[in-house]
Amino acid sequence: MYSDKVMDHFKNPRNVGEIDNADGIGEVGNPVCGDIMKIFLKIENNIVTEAKFKTFGCGAAIASSSMATELVRGKTLEEAWEVSNKAVAEALEGLPPIKMHCSVLAEEGIHKAINDYRKKQGLEPWVEKNPHSHEHDEGTCQS
Amino acid sequence: MGEKRIIYMDHSATTYVRKEVVEAMAPYYTEHFGNPSSIYSIARESKQAIDTARAQVAKVLGAEPDEIYFTSGGSESDNWAIKGIASANIRKGSHIITSKIEHHAVLHTFGYLEKQGFTVTYLPVDRFGLVDPSELEKAITDKTILISIMYANNEIGTIEPIAELGAIARNHKIPFHTDAVQAVGNVPIDVKAQNIDLLSLSAHKFYGPKGVGVLYIRKGIKIDNLIHGGGQERRHRAGTENIAGIVGLGKAIELATADIEGHNKKIRALRDRLMSGILAKIPDCRLNGHPEKRLPGNINISFEFIEGESMLLWLDDEGICASTGSACTSGSLEPSHVLLATGLPVEISHGSLRLTLGNINTDADVDFVLEVLPKVVSRLRDMSPLYQGKKEGAK
Repeated sequence: MYSDKVMDHFKNPRNVGEIDNADGIGEVGNPVCGDIMKIFLKIENNIVTEAKFKTFGCGAAIASSSMATELVRGKTLEEAWEVSNKAVAEALEGLPPIKMHCSVLAEEGIHKAINDYRKKQGLEPWVEKNPHSHEHDEGTCQS
Repeated sequence: MGEKRIIYMDHSATTYVRKEVVEAMAPYYTEHFGNPSSIYSIARESKQAIDTARAQVAKVLGAEPDEIYFTSGGSESDNWAIKGIASANIRKGSHIITSKIEHHAVLHTFGYLEKQGFTVTYLPVDRFGLVDPSELEKAITDKTILISIMYANNEIGTIEPIAELGAIARNHKIPFHTDAVQAVGNVPIDVKAQNIDLLSLSAHKFYGPKGVGVLYIRKGIKIDNLIHGGGQERRHRAGTENIAGIVGLGKAIELATADIEGHNKKIRALRDRLMSGILAKIPDCRLNGHPEKRLPGNINISFEFIEGESMLLWLDDEGICASTGSACTSGSLEPSHVLLATGLPVEISHGSLRLTLGNINTDADVDFVLEVLPKVVSRLRDMSPLYQGKKEGAK
């Protein structure tokens, strides 16, 4: 059901854990829906120097978190913001259609962590270009 | 490297076919392949084989051979019983009763009839998954034409008070159907003593082949046909008989019910050791289903702070085959309707694991699962943000 890449990132997840005194933290998802992702970013001179995650969820959710943290590491905040759910899914060599929302969750987690950082810096949070109809916060689990 | 060891603990999903059963079936593919409806003598062999299987099933259920109808499996039997009774009795009323924890073959058939205009009562269950007979009594109206309650639940293993529920139905002269797909071979069944009017079973749950099942229909029950066509099964179920499958079902049910008590004793001993081992070794988990009134091989446990599919993937990596009530494996986004009906919170339902033991399991299998599972759970909890929250909360 899953690609080898998904299984690799599920079984050997990169960047699991937390960052003490993280510069940006983003938590998305809902336990009712079966997935929660918490993304931690360390940011120096506008560059993501470290990215970590903690995830409650299925294989695809864990693999998406792992891949998303890999993809944003070393990038500028602008570049990291552009890492889309499609990019996460493609880097994982595809996700089953029903699991695409896991990659959406990863993108949202990164965005939330970046905006958390921007707010702490007294900057305007960036606006989602393509808001997903991911309605975890409104009691339904559709994506 | 040797071959990977496989520990199969998903017997409620399906079982392997016993060697004796395969051997009994084989000649009906290659030698006695005649169509039982034909006149020549090789067809007679097929006809006799079906009669023998029918008698084997009747004996196990305490029924008469002419009350046994072969089908393509549990889902067809459930569909036939429910749609057939509903359409044959529509003039009497359009109220039908079932429970909230039925298999989808029953639940979705009721849902279909609801769309056709029938009124459905879905009886609740208690936290163990038991239907309360007094709830059934209360739900019955003068328009009720069918009651269908499963014998034993496929997910949590709870065994329902079938004789009592059947007695209530009989008292009101309402046809009573039970989906006994999980019960055969695990619980002694007597359709007469238990007031059962219709019963579904499926061979592949008791070491028989897939694609063959039975609907028992008590003599005198008014029911329409589901599959129309030729005159097979005494004009009640069209289609050329799956002779080898039917022979396999007959042989399998005979073997599976020869010593139910002995089988249960063996399976339950393994199950109990595994179940109590898991509950003792792993914190923050709870048993789903009834502590005693449950199928001998069934374990269903919810682990807090983690999700079921990721548990299954790790177990599979170790060669352990299991299943979960989490939404993430079902193709839908809702977790198990059975666990939710027992009142288990949605987020904890996502972390459920079902292990169903059977004939091939050994003490070594139990030891292995007890060694592997705690590591899997703790690995996933270590990366769960919920678990961290819990630890901090506990400080």
